[in-house]
Amino acid sequence: MSAEIAISVEGLSKSYLIGHEARAAHETFREMLVRGVRGFGRSLVDVARGRQIVQGDTVEEFWALQDVSFEVARGEVIGVIGLNGAGKSTLLKVLSRITEPSRGRAVIRGRVASLLEVGTGFHPELTGRENIYLNGAILGMTRAEITAKFDEIVAFSEVEQFLDTPVKRYSSGMYVRLAFAVAAHLEPEILIVDEVLAVGDVAFQRKCLGKMQDVAQHGRTVLFVSHNLPAVVDLTTRCLLLEKGRLTMTGESREVVSHFLAASNESLAGGDISAYRRPHRDEGWVDIQRVSVCGAPLGAAVVQPGDTIAIDIELRAHKAVDEGIVVVNLLNDNMEVVATLMSTDDDRVFSMAPGLHTIRCEVGPLPLAPGEYLLNVGASPSGLRLSWDVLNALPGFRMTGEETAAWLKWPHRPGSVWLRDASWSERTPRSPRAPGAHPEYSVGKLGGQ
Amino acid sequence: MTDALPVPTNPTVARPVLHEVVLEAGRADRHYWTDLWRYRELFQVLAWRDVAIRYKQTAIGVAWAVIRPLLATVIFSLLMGRVAKLPSDGNAPYPLMVFAGMLPWTFFAQALSDASGSLVTNTNLISKVYFPRLIVPAATIVAATVDFAIGLVILAGMMLWFRFVPDWRIVFLPLFGLMAFLAALGPSLWITSVNVRYRDFRYVIPFIVQFGLYVSPVAYSSSVVPARWRLLYSLNPMAGVIDGFRWCLLGGRAAIYWPGFGLALVVIALSLWLGVTQFRRLEKTFADLI
Repeated sequence: MSAEIAISVEGLSKSYLIGHEARAAHETFREMLVRGVRGFGRSLVDVARGRQIVQGDTVEEFWALQDVSFEVARGEVIGVIGLNGAGKSTLLKVLSRITEPSRGRAVIRGRVASLLEVGTGFHPELTGRENIYLNGAILGMTRAEITAKFDEIVAFSEVEQFLDTPVKRYSSGMYVRLAFAVAAHLEPEILIVDEVLAVGDVAFQRKCLGKMQDVAQHGRTVLFVSHNLPAVVDLTTRCLLLEKGRLTMTGESREVVSHFLAASNESLAGGDISAYRRPHRDEGWVDIQRVSVCGAPLGAAVVQPGDTIAIDIELRAHKAVDEGIVVVNLLNDNMEVVATLMSTDDDRVFSMAPGLHTIRCEVGPLPLAPGEYLLNVGASPSGLRLSWDVLNALPGFRMTGEETAAWLKWPHRPGSVWLRDASWSERTPRSPRAPGAHPEYSVGKLGGQ
Repeated sequence: MTDALPVPTNPTVARPVLHEVVLEAGRADRHYWTDLWRYRELFQVLAWRDVAIRYKQTAIGVAWAVIRPLLATVIFSLLMGRVAKLPSDGNAPYPLMVFAGMLPWTFFAQALSDASGSLVTNTNLISKVYFPRLIVPAATIVAATVDFAIGLVILAGMMLWFRFVPDWRIVFLPLFGLMAFLAALGPSLWITSVNVRYRDFRYVIPFIVQFGLYVSPVAYSSSVVPARWRLLYSLNPMAGVIDGFRWCLLGGRAAIYWPGFGLALVVIALSLWLGVTQFRRLEKTFADLI
């Protein structure tokens, strides 16, 4: 193995035992008793033999990872994507030594820090200051290291005033900021990151992404799991696609992500949007059931430059909720967020009784360049709390137009917002200080923005 | 966007000593004891955490560490000393004798019950971060020494009250303290690791602690145990530890029963060995089962 390989994985597999309850829809009390006694007997036998107790009537061996092999070079930033339950988290757990592989082997060269959760080990009774030391130590920093970076961590977290307050009094946003600030100052040779950017407000997420980019640029190896496909494309050069525990594709991130999206689109044709669902959410309140653009199924709508579009979001409320907010991100096909629409912008929060509700967002005309656009759709309680449900990178609509001729002259210019009405003229001042010229609009200022 | 910028790689990072780890089924043992040493700071921090949160959000805080053993001492002294008229060790005041036994016993009981549940209470750490898991129960036991230290202060106060001066034997007290620590560590490791798999042990611990109080010479002097039962009685290692404490603190008037004391040492060593092997054997499955 060359010294330039940071992580090398060969035939890695991991199995778990899972139990199934074989239970009739209506069982009598007697049947329940019999089942209970039988289960008790089996548990005793298991304990006597020192085996794991598995709840359920039949036990099955489940392979969360099967024969996964890959190599990661030193300094490479690699993404891992896949549907929920594809084995991404299991892979990270094995690589961070939390659990042992059942088969195969992995060789890791360098100091590893794994970030499977923000704020691991944070104690609610301790103050922000104390938790920085606690969390830092848990993530593998020495006390000297934490002390050296303490001010930097505090500045990054933006919670200076509350440093001596127990974190149980923090808002969830502050809590996440403090937790991520500690993690962001880790300096391992290999950083393993799971879905941690899924929390926190958008502005802070952006800051974290920036920090992660810094980490990557400092020659550190990063293994990054996320459902946030835009972030994956943004941060990583190469990507692994896991499907049902197997590694099905490795390659350039953009390619792997678009393959993954195309495959998900196929399952979408069957009306199933659960593949886009972000796992990190406050489950059991509101689920997004269906999204359509201009009445067309996802990905099928075509929008002209002057059109107003209507995005219909069908929600199922499981409980009565009030003050629900709906958020839609428009993304271009490079996975960059182009615009964010929030119901609160129109002063709308939705109170919903249990049942189905359809919420419509009308917007337009859209100043967008021709191309494919994707949607992130989320429903959350108001305030910076965890979303009830978020669907990421749903196929949205295609933007076209008769005027595309103007666009097509220079199709490869960056940016997705097309400001059609810009007018250009020449205004050369006669002298540098001529009346009517604006001295404060110096070239430096214009260039700086 | 920064995508067009050339990315400078920092040559100072990650070149010199590379720590290589091989992950394979059944291979976790290799670096264990060196890892344990590398993670010593985490051990300190976790012990500090357990101390720091111990009396958070309680109205009278540390006073609990004073009140509980004192009340128990008063009750036992009245019941055993006055009502049942059991003899003390030598001429030491009965309450002093009870407290000298109460001190290691409360430490042991506290350590055993805290450490036995320690892995399960630290689920969030175990399922998210790697570190040698032995740190968790060990740090919990260290945190229990805080109450023990407070107990020592109370003991000093009681000695002043009874105008009782211990002799030179008190220098051996740390040794017996260590013995109590190890006596708690062995069973704790065994129970906490098994508890991850079978939570039944959560219900066993309060029973052990309650029962143990009566089979250990806390409320009475071990000299009241009939001679022919003494060796059997000494199978309980805490009997040896408590005798040792009394020997140190109350002076030669509390004689140690040496065969029993030797037996206690053997039992402690054996339980420690059993505890560590069991813990090490089950450790790699903790994250999967917890």
